[in-house]
This record gives sequence, structure tokens and C-alpha cells, in this order.
Amino acid sequence: MANVGRNTPVRKFDAVVVGAGGAGLRAALQLSEAGLKCAVLSKVFPTRSHTVAAQGGVGASLGNMGEDNWNWHMYDTVKGSDWLGDQDAIEFMVRTAPEVVIELEHFGMPFDRNEDGTIYQRPFGGHSMNFGEKPVQRSCCAADRTGHAMLHALYQRNVRANTQFFVEWMALDLIRDPSGQVLGVTALEMETGEVMVFHARATLFATGGAGRIYTSTTNAFINTGDGLGMAARAGIPLEDMEFWQFHPTGVAGAGVLITEGVRGEGGYLLNKNGERFMERYAPNLKDLASRDVVSRAMATEIKEGRGAGKEGDCVLLKLDHLGAEVIDKRLPGIREIAKKFANVDPVKDPIPVVPTVHYQMGGIPTNYHGEVVVPKNGNANSVVPGFYAAGECGCASVHGANRLGTNSLTDLLVFGKASGDSIIRFLKENPGLKDLPKDAGDRSLSRLARLESQTNGESYAEVAKDMRRTMQMHCGVFRFPDTLAEGVKKIREISDRVTRTEIKDKSKVFNTARIEALELDNLIEVARATMVSADARTESRGAHDRSDHHERDDVNWLKHTLWYKEGDRLDYKPVNLKPLTAESIEPKVRTY
Amino acid sequence: MDVVEFNRLRWNCRRGLLENDLVLEKFLERHAESLDDVHLAALNKLLELDDNSLWALLSGRTEYPEGSGSEIYEILALLRAC
Repeated sequence: MANVGRNTPVRKFDAVVVGAGGAGLRAALQLSEAGLKCAVLSKVFPTRSHTVAAQGGVGASLGNMGEDNWNWHMYDTVKGSDWLGDQDAIEFMVRTAPEVVIELEHFGMPFDRNEDGTIYQRPFGGHSMNFGEKPVQRSCCAADRTGHAMLHALYQRNVRANTQFFVEWMALDLIRDPSGQVLGVTALEMETGEVMVFHARATLFATGGAGRIYTSTTNAFINTGDGLGMAARAGIPLEDMEFWQFHPTGVAGAGVLITEGVRGEGGYLLNKNGERFMERYAPNLKDLASRDVVSRAMATEIKEGRGAGKEGDCVLLKLDHLGAEVIDKRLPGIREIAKKFANVDPVKDPIPVVPTVHYQMGGIPTNYHGEVVVPKNGNANSVVPGFYAAGECGCASVHGANRLGTNSLTDLLVFGKASGDSIIRFLKENPGLKDLPKDAGDRSLSRLARLESQTNGESYAEVAKDMRRTMQMHCGVFRFPDTLAEGVKKIREISDRVTRTEIKDKSKVFNTARIEALELDNLIEVARATMVSADARTESRGAHDRSDHHERDDVNWLKHTLWYKEGDRLDYKPVNLKPLTAESIEPKVRTY
Repeated sequence: MDVVEFNRLRWNCRRGLLENDLVLEKFLERHAESLDDVHLAALNKLLELDDNSLWALLSGRTEYPEGSGSEIYEILALLRAC
């Protein structure tokens, strides 16, 4: 069994970074190069982080392909966010973007190049010149391996800078002293099953998203929202968790994306009656209507009982009429994906698809320095000393209600570096290491002890399955007040069941059952935050649409949601419409 | 394979790309119990690849270089059938 004794070992660091994807590695590099003693904890080897899945590139207004500037990038990002993004953070991100891209180039990132040696930039949806006038080429890529190349460059550089990696370690809980200051984390070493305290002067979470709360997600299995769960248990609220970006055509049950090119080439969607239903929802554009329109139509068909499949929870993407030759030639890879993940050959049979969760816009609330901020004594953004968050797990908030393509990598580079710089400043101003509170490891040890001693409990895998199904059915892209209210009730029941999960395997070394049960503790907090926040927000903004309030409602809802685990309660704080130096971009109707 | 070895392998199958996660999960369900040491070593060799290269191999877009022992091609064939 795990070490639940009183003599938990302690190691001391200047900073501990949890997560070794793009944000964690960028922050750690800043710290180690400043000569600080920095530990990075990761569940998997750093170059296997989910950042590897990013293909779209990094958005930065380098202007290598023609005129571009940060004001235009800022406008696109604010508009993309459906005005929920904080404009100070957005200005900071787009102004810093060129600098962090050039730095990355100097770290050895093999960007695609122009003939004159400058970084080549691709066009990407939502990015424009002159405030929405026409498309601009702003995305910096390394072939179709941008994420991988970035991880590789940053990891090598960290090794050189003597960052201490703790690979196959899972952080369990945040340590706060009675004043609320953060003093590190507890973590489990998978190899031994031992728990250790990482006592640190500063703690950064860069744990990525939690797409695994849904049945259908493009996220890898490791994306279990560990940082969000730890923050929520430690009394930190989670911001804007109702905002998740969906892609309309993910393979049902698997989540793997089917490119929009399939519909571009003439593929179309059918309900269980074989009806081409998009003709009813979008008579002109039909299956080529925008992502949110198609996703909304699909969700309506499923909700009204016309969904296909055994459980009636998907629709069908038909492309057999295109013929094998067109499919093989114009849509490479699609046949392999359909055969492998849907068990159908699209040359003969349609592919079952559903709107699929792709990116988490919300997260741990931070300012644009990467410092975690919470409401305290009348200040909506009071800094939590010693605590930082960056990347998908943080909410600065630059993506607001909908993220623009390529801004995820921009986000993790800019805020990874900025939080590193903030930590360096904080450590200069606050020398010495405060003592650990007496109860430092208690929360983690009692969670582990509970798992060890639980009998007659439920299988964690079963409870996790129910959680995912509930999120998928009750809190998808198109939201209905009745199903949301029922979803809140259900997810609270499932949350109770999570406290009684049981693992059969109690072995110590590499016990993956224990790890997955601990991951579920994190997932359920994210699921509950999402459902409760979504139920309360009676408007449609950005990524989702609500059936009883189809419009954005700036009078009542131009504000950020804050969900607290304690009491399962909500609070709100204003959106910052005031940039650092630029003029405010006032809310208006979002059309493309 | 004992429990620890299996658990270690299972964790090694946690990847950065969902496509790889899904294929490897199915592979473990079907074949983990019958893997001998030689084939386990071959699988671990494939798992050392970065996620993009691994997915290119699993989906049949690329081939493993010729000249390795037959077990690696046998494992690859089983993975591709998952």
C-alpha cells in the first residue's frame, strides 16, 4: 500500500512546476536559467505531453508575409472571445507573441522558413488584417509537427539549464498555510507508490485541460484536469468553466477528429431516418454552415430522438457517394481513421459522429503575470502569494468564451514565460522559505488512506463512465434548461459516488488503478464546475448555445463565472474591457 | 507478465495523442496477456517513438525501417489490426 505514514519525506525547491507541456517547460526554463532550483513534475515523459497534438501553429504578428501588427491580432482575439476575454491580458499576449516566437527560434525550434530566411506564416481561420477586413498570414509552424518540435526544443534547453525533472510523478494536492500562501505540493511517485512533499517558495500549475470529463473529446487520456482539481480542493475558485470549444465531427465514442474537408468534398450528415437534416437548419449552406450552427443542429436531432446508433446519441456522416477514388485521393487518412475508430469503411457505410470537446477556455483564475487571483476583501483579483498557473489550465483570460485557432500555443509561450518572470520577482522580494503547516500532507494522505481501506465501493472506471456520459448528454454544445438542471442533480450524485470508489489492486509499485482513481478526484471537480456554471449562465456566448436564450446578453452576463468547490457555489467578477495601452474594443454583434 | 510489468506497460501506453491512446488501449485488452518477453521488448521499442511518428506507423502512413527482428513487424501488424 502507499506510504501513509507520518514521516512523509520533504524536498525543498525555489520553485515547483506541475506539468511538462509547453507552458510548464517554458516557465521552468525561465526559472532554471535565472539560477533557481526548479523541479518539474510530470505524469508522463515531457515530450509525450498533449502539446504534441497541436498542429495549427503559433499566432504572432511578425508581419513576415505582408503587413501585420498586434492591434489587429488583438482585435481578432477579443472578437473571437465573444468579448469575454480580458483586454489587458489579450493586449499583453499579442504584444509579447513576436518576442517569444523569436526566442523559441533561437532555442532551436525548426520553424518553416521563407526564402529570405524569415519564419514562414500560414493563414488561419479568424485571423485578419485591418480589423476583420481580409485574412492575414500569422501562424508560425514547423510542418505538421509544431507541438512536438516545440516540446523537443524546450525540453533540450531545460536539460541544459539543469531543470530537475520528476517524470512519472503525479501531484496530489496543493499545500497552503493558514494565511493562504502556497508552499508547494504533495506528489506520488508511481515507481514506488511513495508520497513526498515538494516544499517550494513558489508553485506553478501547467497541467493542461480536462477534456476527459466528456465521452467525446479530442483530448488524450492524460488530460484529467489535475491542476484544476487540486486548486478547487484547496479553496481556489475555477473561472469560466462553462466554456468549452467543440468540433462538430468527432468520431462517436472515440473523439478522433474527422476534418471539415470531408464536408467540403461533398460529404453530408444524416439522422437515424436517413434524412439530410442540415437542409432544414441551413437551407443555403447546409452541411457547410459554420461549426456552431452544424453542432447545434446535430445536438437538436439527438435530443429530439432522431439520433442514430444503438443509443441514439450520434448522427451519421455519409461520404460513400463520393466513391473510393475521391475518398482515397482527396481525403487521405480518413478511411484509416473511420475503419480504426468507428469500425466502418466510409466507402460503404457512413461514419457516426458527434460534436466533440476540443479545448477548455476556463481554468484557474490568473492575471496577465500568471499570478493566481481570487476575490478577497472587496478586491476581485487579489493575488494568492506563491501560486501561479499558465497554459490551458490557467484563465488569464485571453480566450474568453471561444478560443481563436493558434492562440493556444501563443498563450502557453507568453504566459509560461510571464509566470516564470513573476516567480523570479516574487522570490527576490520574499527571501527564505516559510515553514510548512503541520497538516501539509494530510489531505493527500487521507485521500490515499480512503482508497486503501474502501470496501463495498464502486469501480472508479464505472463512476468515471457515468460522469462522462452525464457531461456529454447534459452539457454539450447546445444546452437546454431542463437537461442542464437535471445534469446538475446527476453530477452532484456522481460526485458523491466518487468519494466511495474502490480499487481492487492495492499493490504499491506502478499501481495504475490508484492513479486513475486519483485522476477521477480531479475530473469530477471540473465536471461539477462546468455543469453548475453552465446551468446558471442564461445566455448564448461563444462556443455554446442555450435553447432558452439564443443571444448574447451583455447587460446581465458580460462577466466571468467563479465556481467554488466549497458549497458548490458561484460568484462573478467583471470582464476587464480596458487594455493596457490600446483603446478598448467595445462589444458588438459577432459576424464573420 | 506480472502485475507490475503490466501496469508499467499500461502507463507507457499513455500518450500525447488520442489516436495512439485508443489503439494501444485496445491492443492491451486483446494481447497483453499473451505477450512474451521478446514481443514485449519489441512493443516497448515502438513506444519509444515520438507520438507523431508512432501514429504515422500505426495508421499505415509509414513503415518501420527494414532490418530489425521479425517480432517488431509482428507487433506492428497486431497494432494496426486494433
